[in-house]
Amino acid sequence: MNQTLEKSIFEYSQPGRGAFAQHPPGDDAAALEALPPALRRRTPPRLPEVSELDAVRHFTRLSQLNFSIDTNFYPLGSCTMKYNPKACNQYAMLPEFLARHPLAPDTQGQGFLACMFELQEMLKDVTGMKAVSLNPMAGAHGEFAGVAMIRAYHRARGDLARNEIIVPEAAHGTNPATATMCGCVVKEIPVDAQGDVDLEALAKAVGPNTAGIMLTNPSTLGVFERKIEAVAKLVHGAGGLLYYDGANLNAILGKVRPGDMGFDVIHMNLHKTFSTPHGGGGPGAGAVGVSARLEPFLPVPVVGREGAAYRWLSEAERPQSIGRLSAFMGNAGVLLRAYVYMRMLGHEGMSRVGEFATLNANYLMVRLKEAGFDLAYPTRRASHEFIITLKRQARELNVTAMDVAKRLLDYGFHAPTTYFPLLVPECLLIEPTETESRETLDAFIEAMVAILGEAQTDAARLKGAPYTMPVRRLDDVRAAKQLELTWKPVNSAV
Amino acid sequence: MSQVPAELKYAKSHEWARLLPDGRVEIGITDHAQQALGDLVFVEVPETGRVLEAGAACAVVESVKAASDVYAPIAGTVVEGNAELAATPELINQDCYGRGWLIRVQPDSHAALDALLTPEAYAAVLASAEA
Repeated sequence: MNQTLEKSIFEYSQPGRGAFAQHPPGDDAAALEALPPALRRRTPPRLPEVSELDAVRHFTRLSQLNFSIDTNFYPLGSCTMKYNPKACNQYAMLPEFLARHPLAPDTQGQGFLACMFELQEMLKDVTGMKAVSLNPMAGAHGEFAGVAMIRAYHRARGDLARNEIIVPEAAHGTNPATATMCGCVVKEIPVDAQGDVDLEALAKAVGPNTAGIMLTNPSTLGVFERKIEAVAKLVHGAGGLLYYDGANLNAILGKVRPGDMGFDVIHMNLHKTFSTPHGGGGPGAGAVGVSARLEPFLPVPVVGREGAAYRWLSEAERPQSIGRLSAFMGNAGVLLRAYVYMRMLGHEGMSRVGEFATLNANYLMVRLKEAGFDLAYPTRRASHEFIITLKRQARELNVTAMDVAKRLLDYGFHAPTTYFPLLVPECLLIEPTETESRETLDAFIEAMVAILGEAQTDAARLKGAPYTMPVRRLDDVRAAKQLELTWKPVNSAV
Repeated sequence: MSQVPAELKYAKSHEWARLLPDGRVEIGITDHAQQALGDLVFVEVPETGRVLEAGAACAVVESVKAASDVYAPIAGTVVEGNAELAATPELINQDCYGRGWLIRVQPDSHAALDALLTPEAYAAVLASAEA
């Protein structure tokens, strides 16, 4: 690496320069005549004036400044970006899919509808749920749909007092936010020293006001919730429902099904687990699956099959639906990639995702422990991810998790998640994912061992890292406080 | 090691409380808490007049690492929030027991202060978490 930073494209601008070969055909003046004068702008837009070659070089150089999964090991894992096979995108980009108009009648989109119907069926199968809707367009959107269905279910039964959602302290931050958005009151319960839900606290928390509980399993602590059946019994016994946050579905794919654990509703991040690049704020898909009692409340439209024909089912067929959460039916491209991914893997391949995601995490965990790193939950087996804590190094050597994360960049590895979950001080949350080879994992371990050595002999080296990146330590405080990032010319009065 | 001033009372959740001469109680977060959070970037304090229950979330502190609730160590009514923190949240990092105070409350009962942790007891909480 060691590139220099790239200027903004505006700084390459020269008056009169342009990429004339890329200019759209037609007569500008005539097009302008067609616009009513009141709608025409009085000042020209401030656009960069660069040649085609300037533009190509600028964006190519920018792409080379990226630390990406296509170039480096990226142990943020499915949380941000696991490897997405190129074929999934290739088939989702078939011209017949791209050119299909979303308002085309059902009869002219049977191929697309067939894919969506089969995707619903495959997601039902892999999660053990009774029915699926592909509507929600992001994970948090899927969570919203889930809790809205729980509320609708209680309301339909005339059970109006149930407005409390229980959330374990190890939950994702989005869970309490979702519950609040849906008009519920959040009740937080602790986890025990082993990372499992504190059943005594749960027993005290449930009651006639309990709408449900939101759980991630495996939890954000990277361990499988072993008491899940007891949790389900307690919550169901009190009249509440169980919500499964699909954030960590990668760990159990094809091995354990949330439906079999007793969950009533689940959202799946198709953009994390099922082959769409995630983490850049791009389009997502937060499909929801439900048990039989919640099926009438699913967001519409869903795809139904009658004989050999597929068609949209909407409010007419599902009068109790919580409604529409997106125009048409979610993000078609993301849904198609998920469909291709599942078809390519099949049943057997799906189990291998869960197996290798877990095997790779446990291999890294054991080797790093042998190398002298402290595990946050040393008695537990890892799921698809695990946590090391640098609390001891912070105290004894004044080396923090952030220092180690920054130094990893110099060794050619993206940093794992830092300082999350909040329960564990000075932590690194490491998720290698299923696609990494033994050689890559070993190289990562070697780098971690080398960094631990540096921490003991030359801590200052870590404090100053990274040395080989286009930028050194970023100013996090300024990044959080200075939200206005619009480029302005140096001498502009604007 | 983080500082634990001898004249204050503490909560396990890393807040401190100071009895002011006029009978009101000043509340903030401890040195340990500000160190763990790192550089603060936003602080949200409750409006004047809000009634706080002991242990209820009463303010939000957000750092480059995390956003965390601050819990009221005692019950009372908010009489003042630290207005300086909106523009300069770093006061908490620089002077958490002084200019970085969060709120001043009129306590429901001064006896509630006696139930809080002594500096020795809070230091022991920190030591056990370190172990």
